[in-house]
Amino acid sequence: MDYYRGFRGDNWKDKINVSDFIINNYTLYEGDDKFLVGPTDKTKKVWSKCEKLIQEELKKGILDVDTKTVSGINNYAPGYIDKDNEVIFGLQTDAPLKRIVNPFGGVRMVRESLKAYGYTWDKDVEEKFTKYRKTHNDGVFDAYTSDIRKARHVGLLTGLPDAYGRGRIIGDYRRIALYGINFLVEEKKKDLLELEKVEITEEIIRLREEVSMQIKALGEIKDMAASYGFDISMPALNAKEATQWVYFGYLAAIKENNGAAMSLGRTSTFLDIYIERDLKEGTITEEEAQEIVDQFIIKLRLARHLRTPEYNDLFAGDPTWVTESIGGLTSDLKPLVTKNSFRYLHTLINLSSSPEPNLTVLWSEKLPINFKKYCAKISILTDSIQYENDDVMRPLYGDDYAIACCVSAMRVGRDMQFFGARCNLAKALLYSINGGVDEVKGGLIVEDIDKMDDEILDYDKVMKSYDKVLEKVAKTYVDAMNIIHYMHDKYAYEAGQMALHDTNVNRLMAFGVAGFSVAIDSLSAIKYAKVKPIRNEEGITTDFEIEGDFPKYGNDDDRVDEIGVNLAKLFIEKLRKHKLYKNAKHTLSILTITSNVVYGKKTGATPDGRSAGVAFAPGANPMHGRDASGALASLNSVAKIPYAGVCEDGISNTFSITPNALGHTEDERITNLVALLDGYFKQMAHHLNVNVLNRETLIDAMDHPEKYPTLTIRVSGYAVWFNRLSREKQLEVISRTFHEKI
Amino acid sequence: MKKSKVLGDISSIETMGLVDGPGIRFVVFLQGCPLRCKYCHNPETWANKEGNIKMTPEDLMEQVLRYKNYYGSDGGVTFSGGEPLVQKEFLVECLKLCKKYKINSAIDTAGSTNDYNEILDLVDLVILDIKAYRNEDYKNITGKNIDNSLKFLYACQNKNKKMWLRTVIVPGVNDTKEYIIGLKNFIKDLKNIEKIELMPYHTFGIDKYKKLGLPYKLDGVKPMDSDKCVELQKILDNR
Repeated sequence: MDYYRGFRGDNWKDKINVSDFIINNYTLYEGDDKFLVGPTDKTKKVWSKCEKLIQEELKKGILDVDTKTVSGINNYAPGYIDKDNEVIFGLQTDAPLKRIVNPFGGVRMVRESLKAYGYTWDKDVEEKFTKYRKTHNDGVFDAYTSDIRKARHVGLLTGLPDAYGRGRIIGDYRRIALYGINFLVEEKKKDLLELEKVEITEEIIRLREEVSMQIKALGEIKDMAASYGFDISMPALNAKEATQWVYFGYLAAIKENNGAAMSLGRTSTFLDIYIERDLKEGTITEEEAQEIVDQFIIKLRLARHLRTPEYNDLFAGDPTWVTESIGGLTSDLKPLVTKNSFRYLHTLINLSSSPEPNLTVLWSEKLPINFKKYCAKISILTDSIQYENDDVMRPLYGDDYAIACCVSAMRVGRDMQFFGARCNLAKALLYSINGGVDEVKGGLIVEDIDKMDDEILDYDKVMKSYDKVLEKVAKTYVDAMNIIHYMHDKYAYEAGQMALHDTNVNRLMAFGVAGFSVAIDSLSAIKYAKVKPIRNEEGITTDFEIEGDFPKYGNDDDRVDEIGVNLAKLFIEKLRKHKLYKNAKHTLSILTITSNVVYGKKTGATPDGRSAGVAFAPGANPMHGRDASGALASLNSVAKIPYAGVCEDGISNTFSITPNALGHTEDERITNLVALLDGYFKQMAHHLNVNVLNRETLIDAMDHPEKYPTLTIRVSGYAVWFNRLSREKQLEVISRTFHEKI
Repeated sequence: MKKSKVLGDISSIETMGLVDGPGIRFVVFLQGCPLRCKYCHNPETWANKEGNIKMTPEDLMEQVLRYKNYYGSDGGVTFSGGEPLVQKEFLVECLKLCKKYKINSAIDTAGSTNDYNEILDLVDLVILDIKAYRNEDYKNITGKNIDNSLKFLYACQNKNKKMWLRTVIVPGVNDTKEYIIGLKNFIKDLKNIEKIELMPYHTFGIDKYKKLGLPYKLDGVKPMDSDKCVELQKILDNR
């Protein structure tokens, strides 16, 4: 069979190099959206069945769960939605939306999730995982230090992936389509042989074990595909097969793992090469090309994981983060935009708006104007696209990276990330005033910090103390991460995903911060105004009186924005003092998704005038209501936070505007949104979520959810169905700064 | 930048104006206005010398330049108000700086003073608010005679200025087909008009009156129905 007929280049043929294949073979498309077509009858039939199931699921919490089987690549019988009309095949279990029990991360999460939805776990399986099989969660708690336990309890460190899959790993699923499973197995076997020629240290023993597990997993992926009637041992012959092969790779990942974010990678331009070949050979039409894409996207929209309602409350709306990165440039600054980039975005029209997959446009000034306009058009219609700056990421990650979760860049198949929760910087600041005692739960959390009894807070003194608190917190944080990822590798290794990585993978460990703008404004208040703490009998602050005005983050005022820049730099420097598991590289993100509400709830009153329990601003956003000179000033403040060398795991910013403020006509809105994105990203800003909607629409949707079944909004780094948010989160979204025309 | 002596009296700044001229615009709301339009949504800009921010043209331009990346080929600065023509000296200096730094400039004005030649020589776009085209209507809405506004309009025409025209449509005041046909007639011989916008009256300004302790003359008048406004716009555009 001539799998590679018509393909150019040779380097990618003998050695795994998907990027080289893409650069040599893709067809740049600079035209407009007029070639796009609507969904086929088959697609409509399949999607309408899914829509009904999703509605039913919304009412029940979860549709169903297989309590007898244990997660794994090939542990479930094949499942179908509507076999005759499906074009791309494969479900996580034997039925759509039926969830998997994955106990490898921890049994507590499984038990609580099942209980919450009225299911009981199969006794036999439960016994195996409590009596005979240790989990990631068990391992972590065997090793956790007392400092970690304390920091976790009070919410100084939150969202630690110690009870479920860590996620944020992207397998290079494209490798299966381009090379077939057999070739990938051969390559891994060669790597294993190489690993005999060196001294067999602990590190090499571990790697040899992992590669052997990867080889086994590749076999399982092949068997799983065979159960659906596909032989994926060899490369894909055409576009439909290529998409199917890629999907089997991804499907294996979400059968085996339940990571917080299970992202897809960067597949649209890769698959376009196959579609272009088929179109040229006359074997498919544009309708069929769109059908393949639509049906692939339908499958991605059905990915589910079993979570507790509390988890969904923290991150809002049952998220899976099937992030797909679209666009960007090659290293020679040629746009990687193809017709398939359009087709992917067009699924938001053909299948209506949806948070998943999490479509992420890698923006560059040099993207074709027609593509930019199309993105803006779809953003305005659906609020379902996020934008990230290719011009700041490409220099660090090359031209074949993808985004995991919301903002985390990594080279596909070359890098992997150890995902790492968040540190509450606002709470840490209170510790520096309160002698390391938690202001909500009490108790000494960070030792050797002097309690301040000053009537008016002194900036230099507070900064000195804050520095000391952050120094200690950074150590506790790194300790927690190292333990978590050591145990995750040991008890819940992602063999299927790692099989689709290079054997000598480069590792990033992504730390995070929350309460960023609250910490900045608090420090600014202490520096530029008079801040008087109000203390309880134990001398712990309960509130602050502020006399005088102070510059606030979000007004493009260097006096305060500088505080933010320095704070991010300070924290990453503190983290870098500690060695990381498997020699990973430290990275940092300013991202909260929707957890800013819960973190705020757990944090006392802060010196910026924020009352106890009030939600933080999301990600790197300025606090709502504090920007006095409009949206660009707010964007400029965020744009100052440096990506390269400081926040290399991303800086999230969410922007909401009403349609009338964006422009009077559709053309004006599109042109203005393009100019806005160009302007923001030209200043080396990293990320922007765009919502174009009326506050009134949201208020109406709160009271009449049935009128807006697919209303999607972007929150920090992610999109959600508005109706899946708790009322508290809905109100928080509505209270955020909306840029309106008055 | 060398600082000039003239200080601008600025009511507020909106860094992201998307509806006051083409593209993304930095909008400067200048303090002071001789008119007292019934539907004005910026009553805080009426009084002279009560502005919030005093600034030199250079300082203002420094701010404008911070957002240069967003302006692209269409955007720039719009001087609004109040009546921007009132602060002639300051505005002239600002417009000179716009020319120097190649920033597109616009004024959003009612043409309600009689000293603007220098301004018109410097500015790229004039957005003229046509309060009314008959003196009695004009007087009813603004409290002043129409003469200045008409003279300004013809001065723009004589200087071949690129113009946008705007009219606020208020229910029960000018929301009739007859009024729009009259307006159409009034502007039919004008040249260099790039755009004519009918803007539906809204009530977002009412709270400001309460805060300032000023009476609100359109109390009880509902916001203009935007669909109806679109219909009227169609009559106007159908040239």
